[in-house]
Amino acid sequence: MQQRTPEITIIGGGLVGLSVALGLLLAGQRVRVLDGADNDARASQGNFGLIWGQGKGWDFAPYANWTMDALAAWPAFAQQLQELSGIDVALDQSGGYEFFTDPSEFDAFEAELTQQATHLGHRARYEMLNGDDLRCQMPGIGPDVVGASFSPCDGHVNPLRFLRALRCSVQAMGGRVTMGATVATIRPQPGGGFALALADGDVVNTEQVVLCAGLGSASLAGDLGFITQVKPQLGELLITEKLGDRLPFLSSTIRQVDEGGVQIGGTKADAGLDDRESLRVMAKLAQHAVTVFPALADVRVVRAWGALRVMSPDGYPVYAKSTAHPGAFLVTCHSGVTLAPLHASVLADWILNTSPIPDLEAFDECRFALSHAA
Amino acid sequence: MNVASRFRTLPETGESVQFTLDGVPATAPAGVTVAAALVAHTGAWTRQTAQGAPRTAYCMMGVCFDCLVEVDGTPNTQACMTLLGDGMTVRRQTGLRNLNGGHDG
Amino acid sequence: MAEVDLIIIGAGPAGMSTAAVAARGGLQVLMLDEQPQPGGQIYRNVAQNRAKRGFLGQAYAAGVDLVDALDHPGITHVAGATVWRLDKGPQVTWSRGGKSQTTSAAHVLLATGAQERPAPFPGWTLPGVMPAGAAQILMKTAGMLPKDAVLAGSGPLLYLIAAQMIDAGSPPQTLVETQTFTQMLGATPHLPRALFGLPTLLKGLGLIAKIRKAAVPRYTAASGFHATATESGKIQFSFRAKGRAQSLTCGLLLTHQGVIPGTHITRAAGIAHEWNAAQGAFQPQHDLWGETDQPGLHVAGDGAGIGGAEAAAAAGELAALNILCQSGRISSDTRNQRAAHARAALFRARAIRPFLDAAYPPPAEILAPTDETIVCRCEEVSAGAVRQAIGEGAQGHRQIKTSLRCGMGPCQGRMCDATLRGLLSEGRANRPISPPRARSPIKPIALGELAALSFPQEEPA
Ligand SMILES: Cc1cc2nc3c(=O)[nH]c(=O)nc-3n(C[C@H](O)[C@H](O)[C@H](O)COP(=O)(O)OP(=O)(O)OC[C@H]3O[C@@H](n4cnc5c(N)ncnc54)[C@H](O)[C@@H]3O)c2cc1C
Ligand code: FES
Repeated sequence: MQQRTPEITIIGGGLVGLSVALGLLLAGQRVRVLDGADNDARASQGNFGLIWGQGKGWDFAPYANWTMDALAAWPAFAQQLQELSGIDVALDQSGGYEFFTDPSEFDAFEAELTQQATHLGHRARYEMLNGDDLRCQMPGIGPDVVGASFSPCDGHVNPLRFLRALRCSVQAMGGRVTMGATVATIRPQPGGGFALALADGDVVNTEQVVLCAGLGSASLAGDLGFITQVKPQLGELLITEKLGDRLPFLSSTIRQVDEGGVQIGGTKADAGLDDRESLRVMAKLAQHAVTVFPALADVRVVRAWGALRVMSPDGYPVYAKSTAHPGAFLVTCHSGVTLAPLHASVLADWILNTSPIPDLEAFDECRFALSHAA
Repeated sequence: MNVASRFRTLPETGESVQFTLDGVPATAPAGVTVAAALVAHTGAWTRQTAQGAPRTAYCMMGVCFDCLVEVDGTPNTQACMTLLGDGMTVRRQTGLRNLNGGHDG
Repeated sequence: MAEVDLIIIGAGPAGMSTAAVAARGGLQVLMLDEQPQPGGQIYRNVAQNRAKRGFLGQAYAAGVDLVDALDHPGITHVAGATVWRLDKGPQVTWSRGGKSQTTSAAHVLLATGAQERPAPFPGWTLPGVMPAGAAQILMKTAGMLPKDAVLAGSGPLLYLIAAQMIDAGSPPQTLVETQTFTQMLGATPHLPRALFGLPTLLKGLGLIAKIRKAAVPRYTAASGFHATATESGKIQFSFRAKGRAQSLTCGLLLTHQGVIPGTHITRAAGIAHEWNAAQGAFQPQHDLWGETDQPGLHVAGDGAGIGGAEAAAAAGELAALNILCQSGRISSDTRNQRAAHARAALFRARAIRPFLDAAYPPPAEILAPTDETIVCRCEEVSAGAVRQAIGEGAQGHRQIKTSLRCGMGPCQGRMCDATLRGLLSEGRANRPISPPRARSPIKPIALGELAALSFPQEEPA
């Protein structure tokens, strides 16, 4: 069956794909989003909801600044989503902590933040607190915490409501989102344009295509002449029963969802595509939580899960235009929550070539060319 | 609202235990669960949801989690899976539990 | 090295019969159950009720033999033990009295049974509305009899509970049945096979005769259930029967729409599941001996597919024989010979199922209720909201869950998964829907308890 041709087709209806779709719609384009199966690997449905800058890009200035731009753009973006979708994503940007129980890790992180500050200049804002100062500020912190960093720029949203808000906003702007439409292969057409062959046999023809399929991009990138190879990185998380009162802090590993549950996470492992939660890591996460905040000990965990991060070879975003097949774009990143306001705005300018800003050269995939050739 | 129990307890012989429900002393046969004792005691709610809806023990077999009450200071205890002990303090819950025990309202 | 030969999770008829056969065959058995007494749902407190509560009937009292057989040096029964995770090995992690530990075994049998099928309709969350099986648990464990109760729904258990209530001197005020004459008629082709289970069939007819004799008013082909609470806390139950609107005021509304396997634990263990269309439920895939696709993990009883207590006990015996054979205690010839008796019992016990499944199906309005009905009791999500999420494109359990938090509360979907499936398949009956993913902990566990877990041996690299 041949289908009507929309202008731009986005492959992948996760946070990244929907953000890009929204940006293009706001720029006046016609957009269609194709999203895969219910049980695909979906980082967008398993993440931690942080809007986080601390330490980001300490060894890669463009990323440090790109992240800082995103943090600044969030309040207006959340407002825009609310207006388009009627959904409140519960943005809270009142600052976040990074807790340490190991003095050498604390020192190493301070060095990273110092380095990051050299890229950010006057925009750098963080402070280091030793354990005792921290406990003075926040009496519930456990005695084994040796220190913490704090940045007033950091925050979080409700990640699941955020995903739904994006989808509803895209739909409200007239974007078509088709779920259960797994793209199996992409065939660039001789005269330009692309034929997207779906797993169920349908074919979607499109003039331009943006590949935002998370881990699904791994098998499709080559069809468009891209060399980026994304890899899964397992993160494990716990969620507790809901609490009526609020935790006094937000940290990169312990956060309370606006609905009341406490989410604990932050682990990293290479487990291939295995996203099962493991007993040891569950126990480790629980130990971390009660070490940082002992009052959590009697709060019950209702579910543990694993989710796969989408990682480029160096962990930084990839924004690439295909040279072999003009009209094809690759957008992938790990911190899809944090960067969403930029994906939904300036990235559209970059795709449409409508404005000289921003300079995204640094995120091109040519940086992998050497290792790819090796 | 005070609602009479929806059950009649058979007059069987046997030991009984004392407990309190929201501070009021009460008695139940030994060997029953907290949920059974609560339902024998009142036909009214024993928990209010986050949105304020009234609930009481439903499945009696540990599946539904509608029987959550505070037992001896521990909130969100599954009453149908907890044997009633002599001297237990049972409290109905309104809204979500709090961090250091207790609950809203 | 395994610490015991066999861990049995669940002390109902399946688990108890497995334990007895395995222990007699020389295996060291650890039996874990979260209830305070062995017996499972059907034989709850049967050993405590030996000399009392005769109204529970003969079939119930028969369970005492299975409980007595647990008194064997090879069997350690731990009550109040909640299993919350299974790992490869197999290893079982369980909690008791606020402490968790992990035990390894050569074999693990999951015999965790069934749960009542969630029966949502407007008002099903009100105090005063309860599953009939829950009321029966109160009769068995606490000698509590429902007062001024309406029994509503369908299935053989509804008749059994009505009869027990009559014998206990507290008959139901009214019996409101949802099954239709057409469904009964449609089930008749299964009757010849059901004759192999003649005693069960006769027992059922006896129950119906008892209800007739007690002159309990009966409605059939009822639909449009709706409950509200009156000023005084009574339940106002309205429905339609034979095209006429009816309304009853009662102290207690007891509903029942059959039982489904409780698959949370088997799904979390990574066992493959299949859809049983006749029973309208997922069940773990297993062979004739109860072996699953996960090494060392076996299933028996209603948790493996609904068959009732006698089928469960027979399946437990088969699983035990197979485990004895795999443990080198008996040859496969001996296993096969000794299995003949249990196989015949299993056949007889299951013979009536196709008839029952066809005669007492859950009504469509329970599987996919009206918009105003609460579907997820924990997160208070309505069927209307679920339909809206489906309208936004959701195609499976996960997308609905992540859009609405439906199934994310403490029960982890036990009370709404079946309904979500019903809503998802509305108007597209043939689309395959995979079972929702279940994760550990299977039951909530305190962070402090989880943090205190110790890991004696390092995992082999
Ligand atoms: C444990 C964890 C914690 C995280 N915490 C944070 C955080 O705190 N802050 C933050 O900013 N970020 C966080 N992230 C990262 C964030 O979730 C991701 O950056 C973001 O979700 C990536 O979105 P995505 O759309 O690329 O991928 P996904 O969410 O995986 O979406 C990919 C989509 O593409 C579809 N798809 C795949 N293949 C095909 C195909 N062939 N055809 C059609 N569709 C296809 C899939 O169905 C899926 O919907 C976290 C991630 C993880 C795993
Ligand atoms: S009554 Fe359902 S879990 Fe206790």
